[in-house]
Amino acid sequence: MLLEVNRLEISYGDVRAVHGADFAVAEGELVSIIGANGAGKTSILNGIMGLVPVRNGTVRFRGREITAMPAHRRAHEGIRLVPERARVFPRLSVYENLLTGAYGLRKKIPLEERLRWLYGLFPILEERRDQPAQTLSGGEQQQLAIARALISDPKLLLVDEVSMGLMPKLVDQVFDLLQSLNRDHGLTILLVEQNARASLEISHRAYVLETGSVVMEGPADDLLDDPKIQRAYLGLVEEEVERRQ
Amino acid sequence: MNAYVVTVATLVAIQSIVACGLNVVVGYAGQISLGHAAFFGIGAYASALLTTKAGLTFWTALPLVIAITGLVGLLLGIPSLRVRDDFLAITTIGINFIVEAVFLYVPFFGGALGIGGIPRVTFFHVKMKGLPYLYLCLAFLALVLLVCRWFTRSWAGLACFALREDETAAASMGISPVRFKLLAFVLGTAMAGLGGALYAHFMRFISAGDFSFPVSVMLLSMVVLGGMGTLWGPTLGAVILVSLPELFRPLLEIRFLIYTLLLLLMIRFQPGGLLGEASLVRRVFSRLMPGKEAPR
Ligand SMILES: Nc1ncnc2c1ncn2[C@@H]1O[C@H](COP(=O)(O)OP(=O)(O)O)[C@@H](O)[C@H]1O
Ligand SMILES: [Mg+2]
Repeated sequence: MLLEVNRLEISYGDVRAVHGADFAVAEGELVSIIGANGAGKTSILNGIMGLVPVRNGTVRFRGREITAMPAHRRAHEGIRLVPERARVFPRLSVYENLLTGAYGLRKKIPLEERLRWLYGLFPILEERRDQPAQTLSGGEQQQLAIARALISDPKLLLVDEVSMGLMPKLVDQVFDLLQSLNRDHGLTILLVEQNARASLEISHRAYVLETGSVVMEGPADDLLDDPKIQRAYLGLVEEEVERRQ
Repeated sequence: MNAYVVTVATLVAIQSIVACGLNVVVGYAGQISLGHAAFFGIGAYASALLTTKAGLTFWTALPLVIAITGLVGLLLGIPSLRVRDDFLAITTIGINFIVEAVFLYVPFFGGALGIGGIPRVTFFHVKMKGLPYLYLCLAFLALVLLVCRWFTRSWAGLACFALREDETAAASMGISPVRFKLLAFVLGTAMAGLGGALYAHFMRFISAGDFSFPVSVMLLSMVVLGGMGTLWGPTLGAVILVSLPELFRPLLEIRFLIYTLLLLLMIRFQPGGLLGEASLVRRVFSRLMPGKEAPR
């Protein structure tokens, strides 16, 4: 397993956001964690990235325990996060934002080549190259956040709710891209989403998170066919659920 | 140029150097510091002591002075930069008061009498005063500006900018927050040390009061007024804030009040400073000279 998370517990003061979540991601997989608003999805990704302290449990990456490792060292190990709401560096140009993603890798990656590849994936970023990132639209900022994470050629990409605030057409494009990065480029991705349908459709496997605990897991196709998931997460009404059985 | 103008211009050049250092900390790395005068003072005292007591010349002392100031910056920076942002302001004020108290009460530093008899800088056996000393200070200012420009275009500079914008996002890009805050702090304090040395050999008599908390407020006002994070902002701020009270002598008495007021007004109405993004100056400039950009 590339990533193994055991009995993960994360709290903010008295608020217990995640209690005892177990999950794993194998190399080459696209795995999603679906759950409602407040289920603890962001906390889990931040725990894996090292941005919030883990109260209990372990995070192992490539067989090594990294539970206490600071975030910047996890980034060097090859974990990259596309944060919730993109969090691009507002006053830095699009180009500078991309460079921050390559920080410390100057000698390890062919920078020019990676930039050209990313501009091919996201032509808008080349057009807006010298503009401050804060002048981009929400969708463009999401693309920039993905590109900034991809430039480093990560071993594990964590993606936090990319569909939030995007137009439906763009959501499809972004999910198509994630799927192609996984299937064609072998990128391992852990996706957390409220948009259950879109993420299950591109995932190999998925976990269902409710108030900080994993309540269900399995191949994504099985979850798409599960009546409970259809009712709770796919927004199907009763007749549709029955028709599909 | 008459002697008075040369004196004011020399002070402007020296304060610009120190303000540029503060800009590295505040403008580039986004770490508030209200104690920068402490490092200005450490540079001045180090150079004064090394030349009066240890018998070094200004030139042989200078590398030591810069190293000592940077090292003290490193040692004080390690605990300070680990605290949350809002505590940093208070911690740096504390550093300023402690350093000032050490100068004032420890006999080694001359106590209340300060240190006098600091030799003039000599350059090829010529004692530098008046206009030549102004040129020397301007040459050092040019050097400092070049270092700043180089820094903003380096990977380390980019790492600092990213930290300033969003520390969490920067850390998840592999940028170590502690390392780059410290780097900016050491670079900024080393520049303050250089300014301090130039100040000591210009005044030839220094005392603890020259480096008190109001001086830190003045330095921060220069940076904020000129434009945090810009290249020329601190220098512009120093020109305005050193020369204005000189032009309107009665203002000297209430200088500290003016600096504080100015700081608050700028933060409220022009947070980017005079040379910052979308500032009044930039808009007027682009109207007067369409197609050209105002300096940053
Ligand atoms: N910084 C924080 N301080 C206090 N409570 C928080 C904080 N961040 C998240 N929480 C709480 O933790 C729970 C999980 O939040 P989060 O991980 O953001 O969920 P999700 O991403 O699934 O919406 C929620 O109840 C939320 O209110
Ligand atoms: Mg979330």
